[in-house]
Amino acid sequence: MRLLSRLLIPLGLLGAVMAAFAFLQLESAALLSRDGLTQMGAYASGFMTPDLSAGHLQAIARGTLETLAMSAIGTLLAAILGLLLALPAAGRFGLLPQAASRLLLNALRAIPELVWAALMVLAAGLGPNAGTLALALHTAGVLGRLFAEALENTPPQPGDALRLAGSGRIAAFCYGTLPSLWPQLVAYTLYRWENNIRMASVLGFVGAGGLGQMLYMSLSLFQEAQASTVILAMLLMVLAVDSLSAWARQRWVRS
Amino acid sequence: MLNPALARHDPATASRLMLTLLALALLWPGLKLSELDLGVLFDGSNADTMGTFVSAFWPPEHSGEFLGLLWHATLETLAIATAGMALALGVALPCALLATRAMSLSALSRGGRPAWWAQALRWPVRGLLIVLRSIPEIVWALLFVRAVGLGPTAGVLAIAITYAGMLGKVYAEIFESVDPLPARALLGTGASRLQAFLYGVLPQATGEMLSYSVYRWECAIRASVVMGFVGAGGLGQQMDLSMRMFAGGEVASMLLTFLALVLLADLLSRMLRWRFA
Amino acid sequence: MSTLKAPPRPDCAAEPEPMVKLAGVGHTHAGGQVALRGIDLQIARGERVAIIGPSGAGKTTLLRLLATSLKPDQGELELLGKQPWTLAATARQRLRTRIGLIHQAPPLPPRQRVVTAVLAGRLGQWSLFKSLFSLIFPLERQGAVDALGRLDLADKLYMRCDQLSGGQLQRVGIARVLYQAPDLILADEPVSAMDPVLASHTLGVLGREAQRRNATLLASLHAVELALEHFPRIIGVRDGCVLFDKPATAIGHDELTALYANEQLEHAPSSPAAPPPQLNIPRC
Repeated sequence: MRLLSRLLIPLGLLGAVMAAFAFLQLESAALLSRDGLTQMGAYASGFMTPDLSAGHLQAIARGTLETLAMSAIGTLLAAILGLLLALPAAGRFGLLPQAASRLLLNALRAIPELVWAALMVLAAGLGPNAGTLALALHTAGVLGRLFAEALENTPPQPGDALRLAGSGRIAAFCYGTLPSLWPQLVAYTLYRWENNIRMASVLGFVGAGGLGQMLYMSLSLFQEAQASTVILAMLLMVLAVDSLSAWARQRWVRS
Repeated sequence: MLNPALARHDPATASRLMLTLLALALLWPGLKLSELDLGVLFDGSNADTMGTFVSAFWPPEHSGEFLGLLWHATLETLAIATAGMALALGVALPCALLATRAMSLSALSRGGRPAWWAQALRWPVRGLLIVLRSIPEIVWALLFVRAVGLGPTAGVLAIAITYAGMLGKVYAEIFESVDPLPARALLGTGASRLQAFLYGVLPQATGEMLSYSVYRWECAIRASVVMGFVGAGGLGQQMDLSMRMFAGGEVASMLLTFLALVLLADLLSRMLRWRFA
Repeated sequence: MSTLKAPPRPDCAAEPEPMVKLAGVGHTHAGGQVALRGIDLQIARGERVAIIGPSGAGKTTLLRLLATSLKPDQGELELLGKQPWTLAATARQRLRTRIGLIHQAPPLPPRQRVVTAVLAGRLGQWSLFKSLFSLIFPLERQGAVDALGRLDLADKLYMRCDQLSGGQLQRVGIARVLYQAPDLILADEPVSAMDPVLASHTLGVLGREAQRRNATLLASLHAVELALEHFPRIIGVRDGCVLFDKPATAIGHDELTALYANEQLEHAPSSPAAPPPQLNIPRC
């Protein structure tokens, strides 16, 4: 049995890889031929001279700000929506709302941001608005689930005590539950924001604004030099966010 | 003793006021730049088109011809992820070997710390891996679609490149995290670096490497669907086409297929990782 | 003044509108364990009553019934002239703003500041907007300072709850109810985490406050001496029933012996007092 599985799994994996290549019928011959390679080389060389003119850099700065704004506003909306859905999902309003909100959260989360973006472009038209909404919807699913878990682990007594003293539901939640929940909410939201900055930069490929839309446009117009600058900007943004979050994690989480 | 109650003001007021103002100052340009407008969704004509589109979701399209197309697209997605991972593995392994400090010869005589020039030689490889993985896979996909045309080839290459960057980094870290003594002993007795790696490091690292690769394969399936939206083949490309044609039923079927695929991949990857662990 | 009022007997309830009226009230815990049975009780406005009895006698259950935290299984419960469980939810919330419960372990969020925790006592009377604003920039700070000042805690105003000791935390819980200024103050072991001197002092503050505002005070206590010292009327509870209901001056050795009879044998035969209060250091 053990021998069988030791043999079967590698063979199965190998078979899967072979089947994949066979299925795709990759034109590797054409790709690796002298012709294909020179073509690729010519295409790639277009990217070697990024367009660093002031006008283009200004456009990129605007695109970067737009991307950051999309990610920030999208994450903020998602946090609000996620919290609203997390309350029923943590079982605060009975079983039926709990099941319904969990289903909704799972559906929101299961559909990738880019698919949401394509749908939102249909619903709300081209531009950053669609991207913001798409990020908000997917992230609401992710955050809602995390928030619901955090909410379930927060002691209910402080809120219950305030309800007993006659306070309203919202006020009791804000004074009794939120203080214990707050740090987790912030941590999860920041973590998703980091993720969403990366995501926001590519949502433009389906027309949802930001740096992605610039890149898509310049590639469609065969402006490799301009496209190259956009890619550089994306790279810098991702690296900056990565190191900033690594620094923040070390600074705030470890201590 | 200092008596804060006698202090006229709440010590937290200043910082909270600053935070509030800062949030407001950032929120305004944020809303401006993101052009957020929820009203568009409920605006007359938009809501109508969306309504007819979404109402066509039920029943999902299930004609024989379409199901055949769906089946082919699903297989293509799986094949893109698998082939891309295989290529990524081929690139990542040598890169990881070059980038890792675990196989350093100069470290042998220096208590595990490689010489500065040896470190410097590793940096180009590390930098390459960083660049490969920091550019999102869908950007690579878009670039390759322009270079080699629409279809799965672009998807395979995009996954191969991005995931080579991720796998290479993680493999290098795994090599460095295992017990270095067996490999050093082998190097000390005159084995070549590759031999020392194969007999000293690899046996300890296999489990973790395999389990991470399987997890990445699962991510690759998701990514290959998404990459279809820029024309890199598979389920995503079909979904994009159906959306452009406002064919709600087809989109619904494909979304369901996607969900099932992700679920199955998750199950399979969990099973395999459990085996490797 | 309220000390002059005769403890109302069921047959001579002269008060027009008792603050608390229980008729045949019983409660059974979810596990099937009977906590209270057939409680008849009337307490007038301005009275100060201590509930004593061994652990597990039903003191806490009684207080939770009066705080409308539990719903009685049998009997009729009337608070401030209203039957809380026949009221609509909003009317019940309005009634609850006039009832303050002091918890043995005050349920305060650890990260909340004392000022906010005390001000939260009046959430029932505040508008939602005011509540939310006050969460960030505390309003009516002076009210919190006054309430804390009466308990010698004014210097802890801007501390976080998790920086306080158990006894300090209990006093913050009391300050919250003082700030709430309810007509009916209920206290469940309000001084269990304090040393005897501080406990006596704190009960004095609570009693004077109730007297000043002519509010009704009902407290459960482990320490019999404290109950006799600070409360004109004593109710002895045992096994879910009222064993006696007398003025403090009429409580003698016999009553206490009957109240704690088996407890003495079970726990510490040498000590005549109640079992030592389990030092339940309150955690937020």
